Amino acid sequence: MIPKRDKQAIGQRLLARFREAGAQEIAPDILLPAGDLLDLYGEDIRARAYVTQDPIRGEMMLRPDFTVPVVQAHMANGAEPARYCYLGEVFRKQDIGETRPEKPRDSEYLQCGFELFSRDPAADAEVFALFHDLLAPYGLRAETGDMGLMLDAIRGLPLTEARSEALLHHLWRPRRFARLLKRFSTPAIARDFPETKAPWAGLRGEAEMTRRIARLRADAAVAPLAPVWSERLARLFALRAPAPEALPALRDLAGDMPAIAPAVARIEARMQAVAARGIDLGCVIFDASHGRSTMEYYDGFTFSFLADRAGWPPVASGGRYDALTRVLGRGREIPAVGGIVRPGLLAELEGLA
Amino acid sequence: MIRLGVPSKGRLMEQSFDWFAARGLRLSRAGSDRDYAGRVEGVEGVSLVLLSAGEIPRELAAGRIELGVTGTDLVREKLAGWRDVVTEVAPMGFGHADLVLAVPECWRDCRDLDDFAAIARDFRAEHGFRLRIATKYHRLVRAWLSAHEVADYQLVDSQGATEGTIANQTAEAIADITSSGETLRANNLRVLDEEPILRSQATLFAANGAMNPQMQALLRRLELRS
Repeated sequence: MIPKRDKQAIGQRLLARFREAGAQEIAPDILLPAGDLLDLYGEDIRARAYVTQDPIRGEMMLRPDFTVPVVQAHMANGAEPARYCYLGEVFRKQDIGETRPEKPRDSEYLQCGFELFSRDPAADAEVFALFHDLLAPYGLRAETGDMGLMLDAIRGLPLTEARSEALLHHLWRPRRFARLLKRFSTPAIARDFPETKAPWAGLRGEAEMTRRIARLRADAAVAPLAPVWSERLARLFALRAPAPEALPALRDLAGDMPAIAPAVARIEARMQAVAARGIDLGCVIFDASHGRSTMEYYDGFTFSFLADRAGWPPVASGGRYDALTRVLGRGREIPAVGGIVRPGLLAELEGLA
Repeated sequence: MIRLGVPSKGRLMEQSFDWFAARGLRLSRAGSDRDYAGRVEGVEGVSLVLLSAGEIPRELAAGRIELGVTGTDLVREKLAGWRDVVTEVAPMGFGHADLVLAVPECWRDCRDLDDFAAIARDFRAEHGFRLRIATKYHRLVRAWLSAHEVADYQLVDSQGATEGTIANQTAEAIADITSSGETLRANNLRVLDEEPILRSQATLFAANGAMNPQMQALLRRLELRS
């Protein structure tokens, strides 16, 4: 067992580097109102976060991550460009199934993070290079992706708006996504909606149902998506290679899927900016599906740094979350990119070295 | 001494008593109907503890009883990692009930979980909050919906009269235990065309920590294990 004090010391070291990079330190609350987090993450967060009750403030959560309170703090009184750093505990329950895990994960651990609110397109490379330099001594594997690429690929499919919206919504739920795509790729079967004698009940309005039935009837007349599109999408989602190989492959795919051309250009510019900061792109993996299985607030560049150890979560991870600022900013959007390091895992790596 | 926990009331208690009687173990209340002390005849070294069925999982986990009769639904809901805590000794063939997701009968456009997921998404866009499912089986329902990748919902706690929550507009759907479906139909609710979240029945459970020779002997005696 590595004492918490030692993990704290590593966290302080990281924090000092973030401060040198121009960040202002902030210390968000540990007890956060549950409402915002539940609205954002859905019921799954209740299985992962510790929920408690305050007699006046209502349902509260022990901070499950820093991003939400940092964004809220910036929205309340920040000016751009702004760089923030923080160090503190986050609290996560492990969702246990039928058997107890042999080696339970930590239910509280340190996160040290850096967040950059800026309209400068070079912000992605700045954040990635900062994390890359910080973690260089640990021999970690850098993986990157871009959620915007996948979202644009879906937007570019020749689909009705309703079908396209459904796919975009479920991108983070791979099996539901695959089922929808399959359904849209086969001729629709007209379904009937048998009458019932039951009286209307509940808050969902009858008009809502009528509208959905009309949409489903209209949808049944839509021609299926040509198989070539799901093949192209599958090829894109499966793309995983070191950046120097991935970029030509992406350009190739953009030939078949013109909708992704701007995203591909963005990725190339980002990689050039990363290379310009002295990072060997041969050691940076680009994985088109990266970020698809994590929480759904990233909508652009994503990255993680991984140790070659079974069962470990990423040592560091982050990305761009413009959409999150849009949701939390009630319409105001501030481009934002950032990430966190887990000092506890660095402490273990140092102990092993 | 092996402490056996049995539901303290009603049909479940009577059927449990009958089930043990058929295996040569006569259980009875010690005194009046209000007395929760129990008596065991036909075997040495077993004492009877009458408890609420809902408390039996916890008592098994805490080591305050070694054997207990309760529903599989309650064990799975209340004991995280239940297989490491208790062992299913024998399903007892009564107390059958399914945990199901039900929606208002008037939702003509909702047959299965795919419909439900789509409706939940529309509902959130229309009303500005997530569609509410009333239940007392939070862990089981959440795990099931997560496994089926349904996202745009929230659970609201309902410890009783769950079928009424939709008419009262405190929920849009419910997840509850049903045996015949009669109460659901009476409340104009319809079960989705899916396998139940869980098929439950009264089951004899043993605490994993209590699997000693004395317990083995008792289970052999009950012809449950060699």
